[in-house]
Amino acid sequence: VEQSPPQSPGPGKAGDAPNRRSGHVRGARVLSPPGRRARLSSPGPSSSSEAREELRRRLRGLIERSRVMIFSKSYCPHSTRVKELFSSLGVECNVLELDQVDDGAKVQEVLSEITNQKTVPNVFVNKVHVGGCDQTFQAYQSGLLQKLLQEDSAYDYDLIIVGGGSGGLSCAKEAAILGKKVMVLDFVVPSPQGTSWGLGGTCVNVGCIPKKLMHQAALLGQALCDSRKFGWEYNQQVKHNWETMTKAIQNHISSLNWGYRLSLREKAVAYVNSYGEFVEHHKIKATNKKGQETYYTAAQFVIATGERPRYLGIQGDKEYCITSDDLFSLPYCPGKTLVVGASYVALECAGFLAGFGLDVTVMVRSILLRGFDQEMAEKVGSYMEQHGVKFLRKFIPVMIQQLEKGSPGKLKVLAKSTEGTETIEGVYNTVLLAIGRDSCTRKMGLEKIGVKINEKSGKIPVNDVEQTSVPYVYAVGDVSEGKPELTPVAIQSGKLLARRLFGASLEKCDYINVPTTVFTPLEYGCCGLAEEKAIEVYKKENLEIYHTLFWPLEWTVAGRENNTCYAKIICNKLDHDRVIGFHILGPNAGEVTQGFAAAMKCGLTKQLLDDTIGIHPTCGEVFTTLEITKSSGLDITQKGCG
Amino acid sequence: MAAMAVALRGLGGRFRWRTQAVAGGGRGAARGAAAGQRDYDLLVIGGGSGGLACAKEAAQLGRKVAVVDYVEPSPQGTRWGLGGTCVNVGCIPKKLMHQAALLGGLIQDAPHYGWEVAQPVPHDWRKMAEAVQNHVKSLNWGHRVQLQDRKVKYFNIKASFVDEHTVCGVAKGGKEILLSADHIIIATGGRPRYPTHIEGALEYGITSDDIFWLKESPGKTLVVGASYVALECAGFLTGIGLDTTVMIRSIPLRGFDQQMSSMVIEHMASHGTQFLRGCAPSRVRKLPDGHLQVTWEDCTTGKEDTGTFDTVLWAIGRVPDTRSLNLEKAGVDTSPDTQKILVDSREGTSVPHIYAIGDVVEGRPELTPTAIMAGRLLVQRLFGGSSDLMDYDNVPTTVFTPLEYGCVGLSEEEAVARHGQEHVEVYHAHYKPLEFTVAGRDASQCYVKMVCLREPPQLVLGLHFLGPNAGEVTQGFALGIKCGASYAQVMRTVGIHPTCSEEVVKLRISKRSGLDPTVTGC
Repeated sequence: VEQSPPQSPGPGKAGDAPNRRSGHVRGARVLSPPGRRARLSSPGPSSSSEAREELRRRLRGLIERSRVMIFSKSYCPHSTRVKELFSSLGVECNVLELDQVDDGAKVQEVLSEITNQKTVPNVFVNKVHVGGCDQTFQAYQSGLLQKLLQEDSAYDYDLIIVGGGSGGLSCAKEAAILGKKVMVLDFVVPSPQGTSWGLGGTCVNVGCIPKKLMHQAALLGQALCDSRKFGWEYNQQVKHNWETMTKAIQNHISSLNWGYRLSLREKAVAYVNSYGEFVEHHKIKATNKKGQETYYTAAQFVIATGERPRYLGIQGDKEYCITSDDLFSLPYCPGKTLVVGASYVALECAGFLAGFGLDVTVMVRSILLRGFDQEMAEKVGSYMEQHGVKFLRKFIPVMIQQLEKGSPGKLKVLAKSTEGTETIEGVYNTVLLAIGRDSCTRKMGLEKIGVKINEKSGKIPVNDVEQTSVPYVYAVGDVSEGKPELTPVAIQSGKLLARRLFGASLEKCDYINVPTTVFTPLEYGCCGLAEEKAIEVYKKENLEIYHTLFWPLEWTVAGRENNTCYAKIICNKLDHDRVIGFHILGPNAGEVTQGFAAAMKCGLTKQLLDDTIGIHPTCGEVFTTLEITKSSGLDITQKGCG
Repeated sequence: MAAMAVALRGLGGRFRWRTQAVAGGGRGAARGAAAGQRDYDLLVIGGGSGGLACAKEAAQLGRKVAVVDYVEPSPQGTRWGLGGTCVNVGCIPKKLMHQAALLGGLIQDAPHYGWEVAQPVPHDWRKMAEAVQNHVKSLNWGHRVQLQDRKVKYFNIKASFVDEHTVCGVAKGGKEILLSADHIIIATGGRPRYPTHIEGALEYGITSDDIFWLKESPGKTLVVGASYVALECAGFLTGIGLDTTVMIRSIPLRGFDQQMSSMVIEHMASHGTQFLRGCAPSRVRKLPDGHLQVTWEDCTTGKEDTGTFDTVLWAIGRVPDTRSLNLEKAGVDTSPDTQKILVDSREGTSVPHIYAIGDVVEGRPELTPTAIMAGRLLVQRLFGGSSDLMDYDNVPTTVFTPLEYGCVGLSEEEAVARHGQEHVEVYHAHYKPLEFTVAGRDASQCYVKMVCLREPPQLVLGLHFLGPNAGEVTQGFALGIKCGASYAQVMRTVGIHPTCSEEVVKLRISKRSGLDPTVTGC
């Protein structure tokens, strides 16, 4: 499954409050109507929100003090069944009949905020939210309920987190700050090529960090070319040394690995470099490198094991191909490289390899950057093509053969057309597979405790409080189903999860309008909806799309191409021309996009863009002067200067 | 205010002919430029960012428009083409030279990233200056073509008022021409101030009017002043390898957040720019070998000191270009202190049909995009039936010093002054840009702070960002502040990893807490 950019849910009704999306957060304020220079009305906690807060505290108290707490309605047959169940087990229950108290409706509302469950009965056992009638009986049948009832903090830990990546670590640290006894299990299974790494997960070791640094290295190659035009004088022939770069990057990563271990130690989080596998309810087996097994128990668990690159399943792929797991620490320059795939990983790697002057080909089965705006994706691709990356479209590899061993060796790749019977052959030093990633969920005993996974994708379905099908087990990050696969999202959701579990917070992770950036040679930043998605959700006639090409000032003197960088916003005409999609292709796209993402959180409209003064001369200012609509069909090319 | 603007538009728009007839009959008869007979609907004096924006907008609305522009050569004889300060002697050349300096830094980074470049790499001023100047000339040309395309009449003449509807222009050869118009917009901007009381200042010193047009390297340079112009120039001169000293009498970057300003200076000092603080120059003399000997006084001790330089650059402020306009003939009021033109919120001067925008106006931010927007909005009000006024609040800007400083909204001291210390919460962080790690760069001054109201929902009052690409980072957040962003909303925004701008959405430490604001790890 290739990464998909974040997407908004269904269409909003015209006239909704601009910040309707943040309605679940306490103290959320209401913006004045959209339009010019919106300013919020003066805040101040209303008495009703104070009362609500008080009620929330009361409910928390009930839940925490009772061994079994049932929120029920006296006439509800399901509630009765649950009460009878506990009575048959000889367990005393604390019952609140919502139909017999004055503020029953309010209680039900607050409960639904806390548990994401609107119905009764709503059952808690030893502080763990079990669910409604069906879930309670399921838990009884699986033995979980008995286990929960036995629980008198007889566990080794309050929380065990499986996976020491961005999401897992942030959750662990936050839980520790809140005074809980926390353990992190992290174990990197070596890649088929034997690559392995330290604490910190994909982002730090084989993702964002090394790729942005290699991207920067490639940008520096471009900067060196530019610099001559700006008066710097040196030998025309500048070579790139892969080993020097890789060593510097790996050194930085080692310091980060060390930093993570240190910060876990400082917060008294137990870190165990072992592979975690559930053996029974609340119990996990940890196997270390030497094969020694240790068992740990915990009241609650978080699964944050992330994903690993997928292989093709063809002859020779695991033996001879590398993936992004191997590339960043490759001890030798990869040489002539075939990148298989069109995910952002594929394009980013192809981009920086070409930037070092390597001969790079990308083999694409169907479309570039699936899930991203396709107009932007094609522009990303065509810029790469203009800068020396070759594309083989509509082909898939069928066999990889080794012609020569070495560092790098020589590989023969046989590929066939996806449309006909045509086959082609090519010889490369390195074949890098970047065709998607698989969740690490299948070999960790999830079936033993009943955590459901999506059989097809391996991902774990969770509700909007990150809870899996087993009440005391949660999942964050790339393993959770339907969530953006991004480090900051995992960090945010892990942290908020810990605060909800242990800090009496209610704030849920907000997955709407998550910005992201693809670090291809020409960077692509986006937030909100892709154009095709916007059309699907809102209908074309309700959208206005503003766009323009632009020429960064720094590119002019450098003699780089005009009419290449591109900016586009998608506005919803039914909702005050609210910006629902933001796209930029240009230098520093990540730096540009971040602030606009914050503005979109505040209900950004086209009018506000027009009213904001640009910062001159920057690329970001282009969004304050967008005039040409796509529907007008007017020319957006920049002629000459100014 | 809106109602007033509408009323005024009514006069200028719907009842234009009638009101003009009255005005023409009353006063405009002297030059025969009576109602309906004037040469132009709109005359714009000054072909800079603001003026050109006005002219193009009015032409697009179907009006008959003329622009007059004339560049009085600098005391050193530098002159340039159409487009005003920004294009010729401001934003554009300075950002390009800043870029040249940044590239110098990147060349030093490159070996860490595996590029085999023999160090040190020398820099050729002539090559850079020629490339920058060629780009500027292409922009001059572009502006002329744009005016032509839109049928705006362009006169390269020096204008002064004859009466309130008539302007006399003198061309290079001394030929005079009279132009009359129903509406006149003054957009003549400003020029660098010379400290004429200092011996040798005018003879031997240059300003930002000259630096970008020098054919030869300025060599060892003394920059006098603490404005953003002074610091930006000193920054890029240092960056391309020149021995550069900045002399500052009192505080750097007056009007900007002072904590940020002192960090800008700190960064420059640690990267080779020398500073003479609390000093004021008293004379400049030319030595027989052609070097300039500068004498200055230490303002606290009163001690005199001297130094020799190849170039002395004055960057002590700017004065409005109003003196040769004969404003009194038209009855346009200026501030007695600054000589800047006084206007109301609809850019109107003391004379109803004469307006002023841009740097020539009292109390406006001296920024290109501000002038452009103010100009366009003004013309839309005059000829387009609009009533929208320019909002001068929360104007974002960026200082392109070696470490860039972007800001929008209130400085910390201004926020405290307006709301009181106890009502202001400042969130801040020291961060390290990822690219700095491998390059082994010092990130001591990479810093971001957000100034908020303390009461929930903690409305954001100001954002200050010191680091690479500060301009790009700041732009979007300026929108957020315009939308009335709260601290909570900014914190709910998911970061883009790994960027510098994500530090803004991760600000958790308040100054009040006294906790260490250094960001560690991811």
